[in-house]
Amino acid sequence: MQQFGDRVIFRDVSFKVTEGEVFVILGGSGCGKSTVLRQLIGLQPPSAGSIEIAGVRVTGDDAWAARQQAQRRIGVTFQAGALFGSLTLLGNVMLPMEMFTDLPPEARAAVARVKLGLVGLTDAADQYPAEISGGMAKRAAIARATALDPPLLFLDEPSAGLDPVTSAGLDRLILDLRASLGATFVVVTHELASILAIADRCIMLDAHAFPDAGGVIAAGDPRRLRDESEDARVRAFFRREPLPAGVA
Amino acid sequence: MADKTASLTVRAETDGSRLAFAGPLDAAGAGAVWRPAVAAARRARGHALVFDLGGIAAFDMTGAALLAAAESAHDGAATIEGADARVLSLLAHARDNQAGRKARSARADPPGSWRDLLRGFRAAGEGAAFLGAVVLAVLALPWRRRMFQGREFLRQADHAGVHALPLVASLGFLMGLILAFQSAVPMRQFGAVLYVANLVSVSLLRELGPLLAAVILAGRTASAFAAEIGTMKVNQEIDALVSMGLDPVTMLVLPRLVAALLVMPFLTLTLEISGLIGMAVVMKSFGFGLGIVEAQVQYWTTPGDLVGGLVKAAVFGAVIAAIGCRSGLSTGVGPRSVGLSATAAVVGGLVSTIALDGVFAVFYNRLGF
Repeated sequence: MQQFGDRVIFRDVSFKVTEGEVFVILGGSGCGKSTVLRQLIGLQPPSAGSIEIAGVRVTGDDAWAARQQAQRRIGVTFQAGALFGSLTLLGNVMLPMEMFTDLPPEARAAVARVKLGLVGLTDAADQYPAEISGGMAKRAAIARATALDPPLLFLDEPSAGLDPVTSAGLDRLILDLRASLGATFVVVTHELASILAIADRCIMLDAHAFPDAGGVIAAGDPRRLRDESEDARVRAFFRREPLPAGVA
Repeated sequence: MADKTASLTVRAETDGSRLAFAGPLDAAGAGAVWRPAVAAARRARGHALVFDLGGIAAFDMTGAALLAAAESAHDGAATIEGADARVLSLLAHARDNQAGRKARSARADPPGSWRDLLRGFRAAGEGAAFLGAVVLAVLALPWRRRMFQGREFLRQADHAGVHALPLVASLGFLMGLILAFQSAVPMRQFGAVLYVANLVSVSLLRELGPLLAAVILAGRTASAFAAEIGTMKVNQEIDALVSMGLDPVTMLVLPRLVAALLVMPFLTLTLEISGLIGMAVVMKSFGFGLGIVEAQVQYWTTPGDLVGGLVKAAVFGAVIAAIGCRSGLSTGVGPRSVGLSATAAVVGGLVSTIALDGVFAVFYNRLGF
C-alpha cells in the first residue's frame, strides 16, 4: 500500500513475477504504477506490505542489508534515461563495473562495448548522452542497466517519447535481451503496442479500483485481457473504447 | 563455501594451449582471470587454443566478453569444451560485438599532432570570425537598436561592476598594504622608506591596478558570461534566437562587452585608490604623515600613468568579456561543455591580459608615457 498523508494512492497490489518473463505494470497516468516501481527498486518504502526479491524480503527497517544485496542484482532504467552527462556512453556502462567488480580497466571497456553492441550502439560508444537521440539514450540506459548482468531488470516507461518505429525497435531489443541474457523484465508502461508486443503477463492499475484508493483491476495475459475482459476500464484501455457514463 | 572469483589453469598441449576455467566466470568473478587469460591466449597465437569450461560455476555476458577478448588476443577462434547451449549463445553474442569493435577501431584516425594543429587553426579561424561578427554587430547597431537591450546592459554592468566593488576594494587595499610593507622592510636598511610611496603608486597606477582588476574580471565575470551563454547554447536558446531572426551577438555579446569595457576603468580606479590607502597605512606605521606621502605620490606619478592604466583596463575589460562570450557561444553539448567553456574563458582571459599588457608596454614606451 502507498499512502501520502490521509490519501491512499493504491492498496492490495499483490503480484509475483516468474523468472525469465516480461511482466508489465500498466495503467493510466496517476494510477501509481511508477510508485510501485520505485517501491520495487528500493527508492521508496511502501506504507504497508512487503516486497520480496528472489525469496528475500527487501522491505522494512531490518532488511537494509538484504536491500543492498538485492540492488546489486537488479538493473534499472528511468523514464528520461538518467545517463550521466559528463561520461561517454562507454563510461556510463563501465561505471557500475568500476564500482562493484574487480575487472581491470581494459576488461571493463571490453564488456561495456559488448553491452553497447547488444543494444546496437557500438559506434556511439565514445559519444556523450547529449549528442545522441532519445531512442539511443533509452538503449544506452538499458546497456548500463545490464552492465553487471543482473537477473532482474526494471524499465520505467522505456517507450515514452519515442516514435512508433523506434519504440518497436526497443520492444524487439527487450525480447532479444531476454533471450540472450536470460533476464527477467519488469516494465512499467502505458504504451499499448509495446504491452502487446513484449508482455507475457501484466497487471493493470487504476486510480479508482476502490472507492477510496487505486489498485489492481486486471491481471494476466494482455492479449486475453484485450479480447475477453468485461471490465469497462480494461476494454477502454485495450480497445480504445470510450468509458461508459458513470465509470471513472 | 563457494569461491567468489574464477580461477584459471593454463596447460601447454602438443599443438597449443588449454585454458581451463573454474569457479564463477561472471561480472563478480571474471576480473581475477581476465589479464592472465588474455595474456595466455596471446602467447598461443598461431597455435590451437582450447577453452575448457567444464569447471565453471556461473557464466554471464561478462564471462562471454572475457572469452571473446581472449579469442581476439589469440587472433582466432578457440575450441570450446564443456559449455552448454546458454554459454555458447552468450559467447556468440559477445563474439558478434567484439567483431564490431575491431572493425570500427580499424578505421584510421588522423595523427594526434595533425589533429591538434588543425584544431588550433580552426580555433584561430573561429576567433577571427567572432571578432568579425562583433564588429559587424557594432556597425549594424543603428538598425538593430531593439536587439541591444538596455536592461541587459545594466544587469551585466551591475553584476560585473557594482557587485565586484567590495572584492576589488579589499583586494586593492591588501595589495597596497603588502606591497608597501614588503618593500619598506629592505628599503629601511638604506634609509629609503619614503620612496616606497613612489614604488607602490607607480606600480599600482601603471601595472598592478589594471592587471589585478583584469584578473578579478576574468575569474569572476568572464566565467559567468561563458557559463550563462553556454547554458543557453545547451538549452538551444541561442538556436531559438537565430530562428527568430535575432542576432545573438547583438543581444548577448554586445551588452556584456560594453558593460565590461565601461566598468573596468572604475574597478581599476577603486583598486588603485584602495591600494594607495593600504600603502598610506604602512607608511604611517613607519612614521610618515599623510601629507608627505601624498606629496611624494603627486610628485612621482603623472596623469599619463593614471590615464594609461585606465585605458589599458578598458581594453582588458572588452577583451576578457569577448573571450568569455565567445567561449559561451562555442559551447558544445551537455553540462560538461559548460564547465569547459567557463574554464576556457578564465584561462583565455588571463593569458590574453598578460599578452596585451606586454603589447601596451611597448606601445606606451614608443609614445613616451
